Amino acid sequence: MMRMNSKNDFIGKTLINVFSQSSPKRDKWLFYAMNSISKAGIKHSFMIFSFLLFVGCESIIPPAPEENELLDGPVEGLNTAEQGQFLAGDIAFNDEVFSAENGLGPLFVATSCGSCHPGDGKGHPFTTLTRFGQSLPNTLPDLSVGGPQLQNRAIPGYEPEKIPEGMASMDFTPPAVTGLGFLAALTDGQILSNADPNDTNGDGISGVPNYINPPSYFIPRLVHQPNAGRYIGRFGKKAAAIDLLQQTVSAYNQDMGVTSTFEPIDTYSGLSTDPEVSDQTVRDVVFYLQTLKAPIPRNEDDPSVIAGKALFSTIECSSCHIPEFTTPNNEVSALSNKTFYPYTDLLLHDMGAALDDGVTEGSAETFEWRTPPLWGLGLSPDSQGGEFFLMHDGRAKSIEEAILLHGGEAQSSRDQFMALSQEEKDDLIAFLESL
Amino acid sequence: MKSIIKNIKHPYNRFVGPSLNGIFLLIVFSASAQVDSTLLKRAPQDTTIQGAMNMDAVYNRPFLQVGKLPVSVGGYIEADYQYIGEDGITEGHSFRVPRMTIFIASSIHSKIKFLSEIELEEGGEEIAIEFAALDFSFHPLFNLRGGVVMNPIGAFNQNHDGPKWEFVDRPISATEMLPATWSNVGFGLYGKNYSGDWAYGYEAYLTNGFNDAIINNGENRTFLPASKANKERFEESSNGEPLLTGKVALRNNNFGEIGLSYMGGIYNTYQDDGLQLDDKRRLDVYAIDFNSTLPWTDTYLVGEFAWISIDVPETFTQQFGNRQKGGFIDIVQPVLKGNILDFDRATLNVACRLEYVDWNVGTFRETGGNITDDIWAIVPAISFRPSAQTVIRLNYRMMQQQDILGNPPAKISGIQFGISSYF
Repeated sequence: MMRMNSKNDFIGKTLINVFSQSSPKRDKWLFYAMNSISKAGIKHSFMIFSFLLFVGCESIIPPAPEENELLDGPVEGLNTAEQGQFLAGDIAFNDEVFSAENGLGPLFVATSCGSCHPGDGKGHPFTTLTRFGQSLPNTLPDLSVGGPQLQNRAIPGYEPEKIPEGMASMDFTPPAVTGLGFLAALTDGQILSNADPNDTNGDGISGVPNYINPPSYFIPRLVHQPNAGRYIGRFGKKAAAIDLLQQTVSAYNQDMGVTSTFEPIDTYSGLSTDPEVSDQTVRDVVFYLQTLKAPIPRNEDDPSVIAGKALFSTIECSSCHIPEFTTPNNEVSALSNKTFYPYTDLLLHDMGAALDDGVTEGSAETFEWRTPPLWGLGLSPDSQGGEFFLMHDGRAKSIEEAILLHGGEAQSSRDQFMALSQEEKDDLIAFLESL
Repeated sequence: MKSIIKNIKHPYNRFVGPSLNGIFLLIVFSASAQVDSTLLKRAPQDTTIQGAMNMDAVYNRPFLQVGKLPVSVGGYIEADYQYIGEDGITEGHSFRVPRMTIFIASSIHSKIKFLSEIELEEGGEEIAIEFAALDFSFHPLFNLRGGVVMNPIGAFNQNHDGPKWEFVDRPISATEMLPATWSNVGFGLYGKNYSGDWAYGYEAYLTNGFNDAIINNGENRTFLPASKANKERFEESSNGEPLLTGKVALRNNNFGEIGLSYMGGIYNTYQDDGLQLDDKRRLDVYAIDFNSTLPWTDTYLVGEFAWISIDVPETFTQQFGNRQKGGFIDIVQPVLKGNILDFDRATLNVACRLEYVDWNVGTFRETGGNITDDIWAIVPAISFRPSAQTVIRLNYRMMQQQDILGNPPAKISGIQFGISSYF
């Protein structure tokens, strides 16, 4: 594929102008064209066709959006083989649609990865994921009631799942999937360095990792440190997935009802089935997620954004939404020793009673949530149909509303935000929208 | 988001295998090679299609007759080039032969005729019988047609020959919402009558029809053309329920023609081997089409608009909509007529196509917000017709396509150049 610069091609623009001009100018052009054909014959005709078809190409196609306006695209520095695998993963993630013919369901939530993560961004309430069946930490979800995830849709001829009456549930709005490779590249030690389970520094913020029992197919890498046979979860609203492979095959299985050699149990029957997605496709999608670029900030030089960035630290948002990390060496050289700005600590925090949905995963309490990365926040409406659906379940319709929903360990920051002047609030939100 | 500019493959059109087609071509071209070319003559057009209505399109084509043989042949070819990009990304320059079609017609009796239309798509990669029917004429208002027929929904499905249009691409609403070219095995009646400047006609067919693929496909949307992949529809119905297609049309030689059409029936395989698999689910399509030539400016207008209603299970995903709508209008203005480059009856036209499709009309249950999944296009064009049966056309296509959520649209545009001619 070629990305064309469309700004400096006079001839192409002239062609477009001719089509869009008033009748006299168009007629004059046509008259000239036909005169050329009549007088000079084939030679001039050939020149005109050349002019139309080739010379003006760069102005013919629509211009590319600015790179920082898009979430999709690979990290810089992939070699050609890696770019090939990225492309294969891109196709599987964004273009492959599952139907009853190739493995969808029979119970499901969405028909493709891209349905939940349009443009690799946050999802919409249309594809909200509902989790249920585990009300206490360090227990297994009750599979007998259909957990851990509700499949609220079904192919024709089947009835979708329903949550048993009175059972608690929590809704997840699908997150953006950009920059995940950077988060996956961090060592457990880097994550633990920000943990403060006993709040020894007295700032009211603890931060604990979610230790997860690994699935049978999990292969620890150098970045992982076991703790009594469990590993730190990094991905998901409750940090319930240790690595991108677990996140990917769980989504295939629980979101689309698609089995794999990694997750061979059909969510409807509870029995194993033939794999409905190949190992290679799974590997390609994992690589795609690993090598999606990190969101690029916008308007960084705007005075309001600069002021908002300072306020972000002043009112201690940055205690949990840690701005900066640097990756260690990585098997993908493009991810090695890179400084990036996710605004997360990947740890669980008590977010207060208002955000306690009574359901949990792994070792997390029902009121604990992983600090979500804030990068790409300003681009959320571009993947959520022009609106904001923020917090874990999309209940916040604006950034300010999301801030005001913070409680528990974040209560102090919320209160400090409330005490800001309107101009300062606007600056802080301008900063968050620039991410 | 799926882009409309990708080449959509239609593996369903393998009704006639390549080997059979090869034999057919061998016979046709061997026969041609053995006769004196002076014996080849243009078959006179059917006099009943003076002031032809859209329903006459299948016979309103140029044919070549060999001597006094009761068989005439014809066809058309299309070839094109395009350079199209989406949001700054292009696949580059692309050349295609999207289709070559061969007609064979035969007058078996003064009141019995046969016509077949065999289409080779993508350079022969896909081969289909689009029409192969016997017509029995009992009365101008009572004719029986049986075989592979083109369901008369809208205007384009029956009137789709490439040389008739000033645009390289077929209308999106006709091929990506309605399933043109949509042919099925069945029987039906048609008739027409003329009175002064007025003509009216009707068509009504019962045929095999759609199947579950319209809501069980890789397009991630309700997609009627997905049923074209069902090759078995030429052998048996997917559910034992006939698809009814009917159309009435009225024409005035001074004003033009308007048609109203309907196509509907049960689309899903609700039972098999005596076992109940699902509820019966209906599909209903309504369309209006028109064409007219404005007498003051000689401007030709043609278009159609269709509305589709599909019974999609409530428990399925709203990704697959239960209502669709879309259509197109072509505006064609001749600007030069006469002798151009030694073509004595040539025409130069400027034209523009406006088209729109909404594949999912409705609102989200979760938010009440509008479901989009739509596309619109504006296609200015210049076409040069050295003769009425041949066209050289240059289009500039501008499109915007939105996903189901209404996120910022993909912007698509580019140049298309093509030639098409009957032969």
